[in-house]
Amino acid sequence: MTRTITIDPVTRIEGHAKITLHLDEAGRLSDARFHVVEYRGFETFCEGRPFTEMAGITARICGICPVSHLLAAAKTGDKLLAVQPPPAARQLRRLLNLAQLCQSHALSFFHLSSPDFLLGWESDPAKRNVFGLMAADPELARAGIRLRQFGQQVLELLGGRKIHAAWAVPGGVRTPLSAEARDWILERLPEAKATVALALELFKGLLDGPLQREQGTFGDFPSLFMGLVAADGGWECIEGAIRFIDSTGRIVADGLSEDDYADFLGEAVESWSYLKFPYYKPLGYPEGIYRVGPLARLNVCERIGTEWADRELAEFRQRSGTAGSGGRIVTSSFAFHHARLVEIVACLEGIEQLVADDTLMTGRIRARASLNANEAVGVSEAPRGTLFHHYRVNDEGLITRVNLIIATGQNNLAMNRTVAQIAREFITEPVAEGAEIPEPLLNRVEAGIRCFDPCLSCSTHAAGQMPLRIALVDAGGKVLAERVRD
Amino acid sequence: MSSSTSKLRFATVWLAGCSGCHMSFLDLDEWLFELAAHVDVVFSPVASDIKTFPDNVDVCLVEGAVANADNLELALLLRERSALVVSFGDCAVTGNVPALRNLWSDGEQASRQAVLERSYVELADTGAQHPHAPGIVPELLERVLPLHEVIPVDLYLPGCPPSAERIRAAIEPLLHGAAPAMEGRDMLKFG
Repeated sequence: MTRTITIDPVTRIEGHAKITLHLDEAGRLSDARFHVVEYRGFETFCEGRPFTEMAGITARICGICPVSHLLAAAKTGDKLLAVQPPPAARQLRRLLNLAQLCQSHALSFFHLSSPDFLLGWESDPAKRNVFGLMAADPELARAGIRLRQFGQQVLELLGGRKIHAAWAVPGGVRTPLSAEARDWILERLPEAKATVALALELFKGLLDGPLQREQGTFGDFPSLFMGLVAADGGWECIEGAIRFIDSTGRIVADGLSEDDYADFLGEAVESWSYLKFPYYKPLGYPEGIYRVGPLARLNVCERIGTEWADRELAEFRQRSGTAGSGGRIVTSSFAFHHARLVEIVACLEGIEQLVADDTLMTGRIRARASLNANEAVGVSEAPRGTLFHHYRVNDEGLITRVNLIIATGQNNLAMNRTVAQIAREFITEPVAEGAEIPEPLLNRVEAGIRCFDPCLSCSTHAAGQMPLRIALVDAGGKVLAERVRD
Repeated sequence: MSSSTSKLRFATVWLAGCSGCHMSFLDLDEWLFELAAHVDVVFSPVASDIKTFPDNVDVCLVEGAVANADNLELALLLRERSALVVSFGDCAVTGNVPALRNLWSDGEQASRQAVLERSYVELADTGAQHPHAPGIVPELLERVLPLHEVIPVDLYLPGCPPSAERIRAAIEPLLHGAAPAMEGRDMLKFG
C-alpha cells in the first residue's frame, strides 16, 4: 500500500503550508510536494474600491513585506495619474525598499533559518528557534535582532510606523527624510554593518564545512532567473527593466517592461495541482521554470555598484558559481541564504549613500494629478522577488479588475523541485510500515522551503491569476476524493 | 527539555491574517530576552517547530480571523488547551480585511463561492475547479468570522497591527499574574 506522510504545519516560514512525502508500495520515497493551504481572495474584494486605497488594502496582504505592496501600488498609481514622481520621491521610495529588504532578510536569516545551521538540524525541535538561539548564543541573537530592528526603525522613521505605514502614494511619498532620521541612521549603520559582516563570516565558515552537503542538494538545478536590473545592468530593487538569465549565464531576455508581463509570463496547471505554475512563455512549460528573489537578483545583475557588496558578490560567485557558467551563475537554492546576506550589505551601503543626499530632506516629493489612465501595471522587487500589481479602473477611479503576481508564487515550481530533491537525498532507505521518518530528516525537507523564505500570505492572495496549488494524489496519479467537513 | 516549572507556557497562533501582528511581536526586539526569562514559548509558527498545539498553555496570542476549516479546528483546540486567550490584532478582533470577502455573499451564494469562482474558474486557463484535497486543503468557511464568534476570548488587543509597545503593555502584567489595563486610545485603537 502506498502511504503519505504529512508535515503539518511547515514552521518558521511565513504563512500556512504543508508538505507531503509520498511512499510507494515498498516504502520508498516516490515524491514530495509543497502545499499552500490558505486563501483570502483580495482580487475579488478589491473591486469597487478607489485605486488610492489599494496601497492600504494590499499592504495587508503581508505583514513582513507590506512595503513591497505599498511601492507596487504607488507605482501603479503613478501611471494611472500619468505622472513621474519627482527625483527626491523616487530616491525616498528606494530608501524605503532598501530598509525593508534589510529587515526582511535579517528576519529570514537570524530568526527563521539560522537555528537550523547554528543549533543543528538534529537539535531539539522545542528549542530549534529564535528563542533557542537567544539562549545558546545571546550575543549573536541580539545582534541579529538589532539588525532587523535597524531596518524596521528606518521604515518607522520614514513612514511613521514599522508595519503598514501608508507613506508611498501615487505620485510620490507623503513626507521627506527628517534630519533626526538621517542622524539616527548614520549612528546605527556601523553596528548594522558589523553584524552582517559577522553573519557572512559565520555562514561562509559553515559553507566550507558542515553545510557542504546542503549546498549541493537543497534545490540545486538549472533554471532561468528573473529580476529587475538597472539600465547599466546593475543590481536594482525598484526601477529598471526585467531581465531573464539562464544557468549558463546567457541573457535570455532583457529590457522587458512590466507592462508586457502577460506576454512573457505564462501559467500552467498540473492535473495533480490547483496552484498554477508561472513559466517563461517563450520556453514553454515546464522548461520555462524560473526563480526570483535574492539569488535571482544576484544572478541577473552585472554588479551591485557599491564597493563592499561588489566584493561579496565576486566571492559569492567564486564560491558557488557553476563551472558551466564560468562561475557566473549560482544554481543552488541553498545559496538564497548567502545571497540574502550579500543583499543586506548592498542595502546598508545603498542607505548610506542615499541619506547623504540633502535633496531627500528638501526636494519636491509628490506630483499631483487627477486620473489620466484606466489601466496600469506597477512593479517592485520585494524581498522574495519581483512583484507585479495590475489594476483596471473606471473613470471614477474605482477598481474594476485586479491582478497581483507575487514573488513567492513564481518560485512555486522551484520549491516543489527542492523538497523532492532533498527528500530523495536524505530519505534513501525504505520506511517500514508503522515506522516514522526521523524528525531531523523531515526538518531538512522543511528547510528546503525556508531557503526561499516564502511569503504564503502574499502568494495565495494572488490567486486571481495565480491560485494556490494543492493536490493530494495516490501512487497512480489519481486525485483523492473530495473532503467533506461539517 | 529542561523548562523550569515556574515559567508561563506561552503560545502564539496565526489564523487568517497577514502575519503583521507576529512581526510586531518580533518588534519587541531585545525585550524578547526579558520575555524569555518569564515564559517558555511552547508553540509558535515563527518561533517553534512543535507541530501540535500542546496542553496546559497559560497564555495564547491568536492573530487572524477564522476563515477556513483548519482555522476553526485550531481555534477550538487552542481554547481547550489554553487558560488565557488573547484576540491579537484587528483581524482576530473584528475580521478586518479578510472579512471584506463577506460583502461578496448574496442570497444565493456564500462569499466563498464568489472568491473561488473568480480565481479558480473564471481566471483559470485549464482544469477549472475549486481547490480541495482531503486532509490537506481546508475548505473555506461561508463567512469569515472574528475569533470571539468561534471561541470565548479573555482579552482583546486591537491594532493593525498593535504596536510592540501596546503588545508589551498588554502581556507584561500577565507575566506577573496581573490584568493589563486595556483602556484609552493607546491600548484600544483600531488600525
